[in-house]
Formats: sequence, structure tokens, C-alpha cells
Amino acid sequence: MNASPGAIAGIDVGGTFTDLLVVDGQGRVRFAKTPTTLDNQAHGVMNALSHCALPLSGVDAIVHGTTTTTNAVLERKLARTGMITTRGFRDIIELGRRTRPQAYGMFGTFTPLIPRSLRLEVDERLDARGRVLTPLDVGEFETAVKTLLAQSCESLVIHFLHAYANPQHELQAAALAASLWPNAYITTGHSLLSEYREYERGVTACVNASVQPILDRYIHRLTEELTTAGYRRELLVMNGNGGMVSAGSVAREAAKTVMSGPASGVMAAAYTGKRAGIDKLITYDMGGTSSDVALILDAVPSVSHELELEYAMPIHVPMVDVRTIGSGGGSIASINDAGLLQVGPESAGASPGPICYGRGGTHVTISDANLALGRLNADKLLAVDNAVSLRQINQAIDQQIGQPLKLSTEAAAGAILTIANNKMAGAVRMVSLSRGHDPREFALFAFGGAGPLHAVAIARELRVPTVLIPARPGITNALGCVVADLRHDFVNTINRPLHTVDRHTLQQTLEQQTRQGLQLIEDEPVSIESVECRHSADMQFVGQTHLLNVPVPSTSVTTDELQTLFENAYRARFHVELSEIRANLVNLNTTVIGYKTPIDLSVLIDSETQCATLQEAQTQTRPVWFDQHWYDTPIYQRELLPADATIEGPAIIEQLDTTIVIEPGCTADSDNDGNLLIKVELDV
Amino acid sequence: MSEDVTRDPVTLAVIQSSLQQVCDEMDMSFSRAAFSPIIAEANDRSDGIYAADNGELIAQGALGLPVFVGTMQFSTRVLIEMIAAGEVAPPEPGDIYIVNDPYLGGTHLMDVRFAMPYYHQGEIFCWLSNTGHWPDIGGAVPGGFSANATAVEQEGLRLPPVKLFKQGELDREIYSIICSNVRVADQRIGDVKAQSAALLVGQERLDQLVQRYSAPVLSDAIAELKRRAASQMTQRLHEIEDGDYTGTAIVDSDGVVNEPLTIQVNIKKAEGQLRVDFDGSSPPCAGPMNSVLATTQSSVYLALRHIFPDVPINAGAFEPIDIVEPTDTFLCAQYPRPVSGCAAEVSQRIAEAVFAALVKALPQRVSAAPAGTSGNFALGGYDPETDRSFVMYQLSGGGYGGNHDHDGLTNGCSTIGISKSPPIEVMEQYFPVLYREYALREGSGGAGEYRGGFGIQYSIELLRGQATASFVMDHGRVGPQGVLGGMDGMPNSVTVWRNGEPYVPEHLSKDQGIAITAGDRVEVGTPGGGGYGHPSKRSAEKRKADLDNGYYTEPQLTEQYGDPE
Repeated sequence: MNASPGAIAGIDVGGTFTDLLVVDGQGRVRFAKTPTTLDNQAHGVMNALSHCALPLSGVDAIVHGTTTTTNAVLERKLARTGMITTRGFRDIIELGRRTRPQAYGMFGTFTPLIPRSLRLEVDERLDARGRVLTPLDVGEFETAVKTLLAQSCESLVIHFLHAYANPQHELQAAALAASLWPNAYITTGHSLLSEYREYERGVTACVNASVQPILDRYIHRLTEELTTAGYRRELLVMNGNGGMVSAGSVAREAAKTVMSGPASGVMAAAYTGKRAGIDKLITYDMGGTSSDVALILDAVPSVSHELELEYAMPIHVPMVDVRTIGSGGGSIASINDAGLLQVGPESAGASPGPICYGRGGTHVTISDANLALGRLNADKLLAVDNAVSLRQINQAIDQQIGQPLKLSTEAAAGAILTIANNKMAGAVRMVSLSRGHDPREFALFAFGGAGPLHAVAIARELRVPTVLIPARPGITNALGCVVADLRHDFVNTINRPLHTVDRHTLQQTLEQQTRQGLQLIEDEPVSIESVECRHSADMQFVGQTHLLNVPVPSTSVTTDELQTLFENAYRARFHVELSEIRANLVNLNTTVIGYKTPIDLSVLIDSETQCATLQEAQTQTRPVWFDQHWYDTPIYQRELLPADATIEGPAIIEQLDTTIVIEPGCTADSDNDGNLLIKVELDV
Repeated sequence: MSEDVTRDPVTLAVIQSSLQQVCDEMDMSFSRAAFSPIIAEANDRSDGIYAADNGELIAQGALGLPVFVGTMQFSTRVLIEMIAAGEVAPPEPGDIYIVNDPYLGGTHLMDVRFAMPYYHQGEIFCWLSNTGHWPDIGGAVPGGFSANATAVEQEGLRLPPVKLFKQGELDREIYSIICSNVRVADQRIGDVKAQSAALLVGQERLDQLVQRYSAPVLSDAIAELKRRAASQMTQRLHEIEDGDYTGTAIVDSDGVVNEPLTIQVNIKKAEGQLRVDFDGSSPPCAGPMNSVLATTQSSVYLALRHIFPDVPINAGAFEPIDIVEPTDTFLCAQYPRPVSGCAAEVSQRIAEAVFAALVKALPQRVSAAPAGTSGNFALGGYDPETDRSFVMYQLSGGGYGGNHDHDGLTNGCSTIGISKSPPIEVMEQYFPVLYREYALREGSGGAGEYRGGFGIQYSIELLRGQATASFVMDHGRVGPQGVLGGMDGMPNSVTVWRNGEPYVPEHLSKDQGIAITAGDRVEVGTPGGGGYGHPSKRSAEKRKADLDNGYYTEPQLTEQYGDPE
């Protein structure tokens, strides 16, 4: 079939699979799942497209989520980058904020993104209010640029103190550098996020500069291949803030594509939840080595500009606030010297992986326990290389866990899940509490390969009453690409007591941010249905360091109104009234969103495969272990479920890329978009 | 769940992590609601659960300030004893005691402890306690870090255990006494509310645990977890061969008498136990570098926890460790000895002595000495531009020691802390200062097969008005020690440039009330970590990288490393 006009393709490149989802103007959908090609992700992307036999000439938009930048940073496969700083401060990105990797243990290392030999200093200095104390030494700066070129640097970072308060020197330096530098890979500290804190801003700029050429080359290659294949529009790329930007401009702010995949998953969750009438969600994406957790309030994902990608690697650009917790299907179960069972923190990862993968893994993992207890179908493992029998897995569980603890094999496997679920629930709870929210007020949105396997148990631990499993949990990130809107976020640091800020500054800053955003959206080659501008302020009481984000109704807000808004928000959050203390205005923020035409998610289910009754959707019955007992449990095939199915637990629902466990006492109902809404029994 | 929880390793593990979770949530609640940056940002606080009968540690928050590991169990035990002896009013539900007396199981006066009885069916089931570092507690010096106090009264307000909350209500009279004795009192209410609210969070979460498992099962589990932590620590201690190990650390001076103080730690490993004594350490000192017993003991625990980070913190883990009370030394201060340097400085040096002793027994687990000082520089003055007085603190990190696997970390946090240092851009916004330099201190890492990490070098100029500078640092006399053939890291260095003339404090790392005016500068170089293994074993490749990066100059490299082996 030909894709009709209006077709949108979402492609997410994950660690293992590249997922494609195409929705066309008539509401028809197509999917493809191909192995991710790590050396050049473009191959996997093109494979996925050719799997769908999709004539690209008819596609309106291809939206791409990529891990290119995240991988480059984590694996330190970066472009050779030089840095020029204010005299006396070239070591800022190496010294950090005086930390250590763990609270206990004096070991650990840290390697700066740019080695000291490629960091040079020049005379220039501003004070905290942005006044020039020492002018930029132009001659010295040009010499420094030439030195770095001679050292074969491909990218350049210009990072001066207090540039957030006045970018004059950085702009002047960037203009000078542009006339000498052979390419456009020049990043100034203030350009990505005009926020105070020299370490965080500097590292962000370094990340941007050192991944810029890599992302640029990748996007360039992919664009060429797409054009050759007949695609006529501009490729769009997902940013970590959950919005998309055109391929032509994405590399300029390459750091913003970090977390692009996880962000799109959360966007899809928000979109799905909103249509289902649930606008407070905790998303839970459980993979092989770790799990991602995010909060959605009022159908909008929380955005933070304080992400730390790994130890001492802050990336301060606005991104969907996705936190990674350390448990995944590959987490290893073991007995510690206290004779207690523990799960993690060690993980078998993807290689050798759990025993059940048959890749030589010998340690018992969460996935192995799920198989032993009948929760996973032993015949249908996706990633299996060499068949491993259930008997071998049971034997390993028995030897490693059962015998030392004097437990039967099934009790040992059940214990692994109990411990793992307790630990994951605790971590999810901390993510929620750290942002001031009680998890019981949310629904749990589970996706990813293993999320739906554990969601009900985790919800029960958290006393969360509802679990939402979307129609296609395994392609949630690709769906996020399809439903994504255009989005630009702006942050400007003010950092002054509120009563000393005049109304003009407020208005001018917010209006300037709005203008910039509207312009960027206008420049994108994407048709937009409507535009929304949201404003907020990051505030604190004078003397505090924590920030509270306060929504601001309009650009014409007064300082008095801001004070009241802040006090109300503070009282709501901390139940503390402190009106005698003055407020400090730290940042003003604006988000400009260009909304595309919404997509009807009911297209994700195929009504032709649906059966009339639940019995017809049942493929088998097998024993599954719950609460110390084997239950004869019905196994259903997701695609076969009737449109208005109601399923009583215990039950297992299988689909191509995930398995859903409904525990005894819980009930699942399907809705029009093919979601399963599970009511969690909380009195057990 | 089987009937006997002590034989049910699954339920035990779940209860263990649930107790931990209660404490972590108290920690988080305290930090998020606290007003003072030192609590909110620097996490200079800790929360825990303590036994009803003797205050023993049941569980403590994972991200509590490391030096508080164990201190609150001493504090809670003293409180329980004083209640039993009728010296303190008996508790009722909803009461919260406040205490900061260093000699009653504490640290320095700034660390204020709250303790609340947790009741189940009318009986005290356990205690919930927390400690928060208040930004000021009165006394001669803003912030409390006096460099030359000679009695505790000069260091601030000392509170015996009294009920600050009576049946849930704040006692306004006691609170007004506190507020009349501390600086910036109007902001304290934010911290007091945060500190008490954290205990209430703990109470609520414990209620849920008791409801889920019942009090007797929980009690049995707590006792069993203690036994198991003891056996876990004992098994770890098996890695140490039986024998005697000694380590020494030298404190520059006490801030009053310019003589070095010696910490001598003697560790005997026998029969699965560690016996730790401090025989040979210096007698009590005149200045504020005395350590109270609780801090001394806690410092030993802290050092062992750095060595064995996977053993859970509860009283059981401390059981195989017998610390002999170091009476008649400066590590067992009695009233009225001044103690303001004990939590931030002496504790780190005690840990260093323990590291130095045990590195011979555990060369894979222990590193060479870390910088070992919090690098506390305080500047107080008047800013004519804003017409306001100010007090600013610059706390600094230093290099960590090299270890069997890699070079030491550069600019690591203090051994006893986990707090970040503030950005320069924030300091320059709040205070009339200009940083001229904030750099890696070249050459400071001690040479070794695996070298020490580097300290920092900063230079701060006063822009306007007048101010006085104070320093409470250490490791100025000798650098952090190298081990197994490695060399010492560079010592701490303080120079005040007044009117173009250098001034070096007589005590090198400690001084108080140095008057400076606009244009004068304070220069500090913090210690580098000690080297690990003989420098000649360092590979040519690593030497070249050190040279290329300017970590050492060529002469420094030749002098410290010699020729490759």
C-alpha cells in the first residue's frame, strides 16, 4: 500500500532494537522492529524503513529519536575539542564541585571531557553583574584559537565566567573564532542555557561541542540515505525535552538530544494518559540493565535542567526529568555474607545476560526467576541465541539461591521477585518524593520489555491503585516520536531578591524568550495547528539553595504577584509559611510549543484480529507462581483480546514484545485505545 | 513469611531495606524542607532509628553525613540513661528532645540533635533521632568554627537534653532562649520545622511497617539483622591477617599552642575482632582541636565503612570493633575543653591514621592518605555597596590518595562529608570578592605508581570595604602520607597578601581575625593525596600524560619520580 499524504513515521533507536511506527492520514499503521546497528545507526533505521516497504516519497514527516549523543558521551567516543576560558579558570571542568562517586569508599576516578593540554586561558573578566573588569585580549584569544587548531581540534568551547549575566565577551570571541575555525563547531557557554554555575554550564558546553561533529555526520549520512530513498521533506529529530527539531539545526545544540529516546517514551505516556483521562502518571520503563522513571503532572512531563548523565557529568539543558534506577531484567540475585538474599546492584547486562538468554550467563537474574515461575513463556524469548532449558534455569536457581536459603526452587525464585519488586518500588517512591509528590496519587504507566511484567507488583508495594499498560508497550518511544510536537525551552538567570527586580526586566525577559521560541517554530518546516507559550519562575527564599518552580500566568506578571505565587506554591509543597522572609528570583523560563494535528491512538489496535470473547483470546493455561502457590493461570494473546475485555487476575497477557502479569485479586479492563487499565488490589 | 522471621531470609531482607527506606525518606524530607544551605545543599545532616533500651543503631540514612555514622547512638544512649536517672524529664508521646552538648555523645556545638520516642501501644518501641548542622550557634565566631577558643563557652550555646516539642507543640520559651543566642535567628524556624518534620515522616512510615509485620516480628527481625551484620563485619575482618597494625597522623596544632598533635592508632586483629586504642596520642590540648569520645569512635567506624562500604550500618556492624576509651588524650575531650575542630578536622585525621594502619593489611581496599581537611576559610566583613555585613565560607576539597588500581581523585570532598562546594559565580554574586584563580594545584599529588589526586589553588581578592579572614584547616605541616613506597602529597598552604606583603599564619593552617582591606588577597593551596606504590614503577605512558597535561613540570617529575624502573 502507498502511504497516503499526512503519513508520519517515528523511528526510535534503542540499545537493542530500532523501532519504527508509521501512522498515515487514513489512520493506518505499520510497525517494524530491526536490530540496532551500533556502529552506524543509520543502517538499522534504513532497514526498518525497508522492512515496512514504505515509499518515502509519500511520507510527510520522519521523526527520529537517537542515542548517538548519549552513547558518544558515555563511551567517550568524542570529537577532539579545545577549550578557551577566562584566565585562572581552565580547570573548572576538571575540578568539579569537590565530590566523590560514592558516599562511602575513597576510590573512583573522573576524566574530564577535554584534557588539560587542550584547555587554554585568555585575559578577560566580567563581574557577577556582567560589568567588564578586564576587556577580552583579542590578540591572545586569536593565538589560542590557532594553537588549538594546530593541535587538530575539530570543535571549540568558549567558556567565560559570568557570561550568563553578559554574553558580550563570549559573542565577541565566537565571532573572532569563526573567522579562523574551518567549521561551525564553536560552542559558547551561555548559548545552550544562560544559567549561572560555571562547572555545570561549562560541562554542558563541552558535551555539546564534543558530540556536535559526531551527531552532525550521523544526521548528514541518514539524510542522504533518506533522500536517495525518495524522502522529500526534512528529517526531524527528537530532543531530550520531548519536542522535535529539524535535522538542519539539531547539531547546533547537540547536547539537547541527550536522553532523546527516554524523553519520547514519556511524551507518549503523557499523550496516552491524557486520552485515557489520567493526567497524573509515573512512567516505568524496565529494560535489561536498568529502569527509567518519570513523573507526569496534568498530562505534562516534568522537565528539569539539572540532569546528571553519570558521576560528575551534569548536562544542564531542559530535558524531560527521567531518572534511572539500577534494576533491570538482568539484575543478578545472590546471597550476601549476612545470609540475606539480594538482587543487584550487579547486572548480567545484555552480554552475557541472564541464563535464559543462552549467551553464557551463569548468574541467576530477575528474568530467570520470571521464567521459572511461569510468568514468562519459555517458548517465546526474543533474545535467545541458544536454547536453554527450563530445567537448567531451575537448577541454577536451586543451587545459587534455593539450597543456601533452604527454599524450594519456586520459593527461591519467588523470593527473588519479592526482593526485586520491593527494591524497585522503594526507588520509584524516592523519585516521586524527591519532587514532593506522594506516589499514591498517581497511576503507574508501564512499558518497555519488562515494565508490564512487574508493574502490578510494584504498584501494590507503592499502594498505587491503577496501572496503565498501553496497546504497544514495546514501541512507546517510537510512538513518542510520532505524537511529538515542536518545543523550545528557554532559561535566563536573574538571581536577585525579587523586590530589587523591576517589572520591565520580568516582562522583557519573558517576551524575549517568547519571541525567540515563536521564531524558531516558524522557521521549522512542519505544519502546526496551534502554539502555546508557558512561563515559569525558579524561586527560593533568600538564603536558601533549593529552587521551587512556580508557573507564571503571563509575561505581564508583577513582582508582587510573583511573591504571592511563590508563597502559595511553597506552602502547598512544604506546608511551611515563611512570608516574613524575602523571595529570590533565580531563573525565568519560557516554553513555546507548536502543536501538530493530534493522532487517534485507537489506530494502534487492529480490530480485525480481535475475538468476540475472552475464551477465544486464550491461548493456553499454565501454572504460574503467585503468593507461595501455583495457580492454573489463563494465558491470553493481546491482539486477540475483545475490544471491551475484562480480565480477572491471575492472568498473563502475552504480546510480541512484552508480557503483562495480572496478579490475583486485580482486574484489567481494556479501553478504546487498546490500553489495559488494571485495578490493583491493595488489601493484600 | 514463615513463623520465625529470624529464619526467613526473604522477609528479613525486605524488612532491612524497608528500615533503610524509612531513614532515607527522613533524610530527604529534612534536606528538602531545610532552610540552611548547609543542610539543604550540603546534606550536613543524618537521620536514623535507635533501640529503645540502649540507643543502639538500628538503621541510618544512606546519604547522611558520613561523620555522623554512629554518633547518634551515643547521643540517644546518653539521653536514655539521663531519663532513667531522673536527670531529664521522662518522655511522652509527641515530645522531641533537643541537645547539642558535645560531651553527651556529640560532635561540635553546631550539630544539633533531635530525638523523638516512637511509641507502639503505649510503650517506646524505638527512638527516631536526627542531627542537623546549624549555620550558627552563637559564640565568638560567626558559624562556630573558632580557630583559637580555649573553652566551650566561647564556642556557642550549649543545650542539655530538653524538650523543644512537648506533645507535639513547640515550646516557645525554650525556642526564644535559643533565638536570643544565635545569629540570623529569624531563619532558624525553617530548619527547626524541617528537622522535626523529618522525625514525623519517620514515625508515619514506621507505623506502616509495624502494621504490616507487627511489632514483635519487627523486633525479632531487628535483633536478627544486628546479629547478621555483626557476622558480616566479622567475615570482612577475616581479610585482615591477625597481628598488630599501627598508624599515625599529625595535626598541625590546636590553634592556640603551636605544637603538633599526634594521633597514634594501634589496631590489634585477633579472634575475629579489632581492638583499637589510641595509646601514644597527644594529651588534651588548649585549643579547639580536641575530639569528644563519640566523634573519635564514629571516626573509626567511618574509616572502616570507607574500607568495607557494603556492610550495612547498624549496631551489629560495630560489634566486632572494640574501641578503647582514649582517656587522657585529646581524643576524649571533657568539659570544658573546646571542640569546634573535632567534626570537620580531627575526625578526618583519625580516619587517616586508621587508613595508614590498615593499608598494610588490606592493600587492595585502602588507599594512600586523602587530603584530610575541610579547608574551612571564613571571611566576615562589611560591604559598603550593599550596606550589609556578611560572612562567607569557602570550603575546599583536595586530592585523594592513589590506590592499587588507579590514581587518586582530584578535588575530592572531605573524608567525612559529601557536600559540594559552591560555584564561584554564586560566591561573587553574594559577597564583595573576586576570584583571581581557581585551579588545579600542579605538582601537589604525591608521586607513586598510582599518584595522589591534586588539590586546588585559589586566590580571592576583597573588592570593597574591610573584612577579617579566619582559617580552620590542617595538613599544613606535613602532607597526606604516601604508602607502600609512594610519596606524600603537598601540604596545605595559606598566604594572605596585605598591601602586597605576604603573611603566613604562624600555625600554617589555622588563624583567626586577620584584618584585610580592599585589594588584599587570600591564597590557599589545598593538599594533594598521597602516592601509592613506588614512583619508579609508574609507567612511561602515564608520566608522559602527566607532563602533557601540566600536572607536573618537567623538573618536578624528574625530582619526584626519578627514572622509570
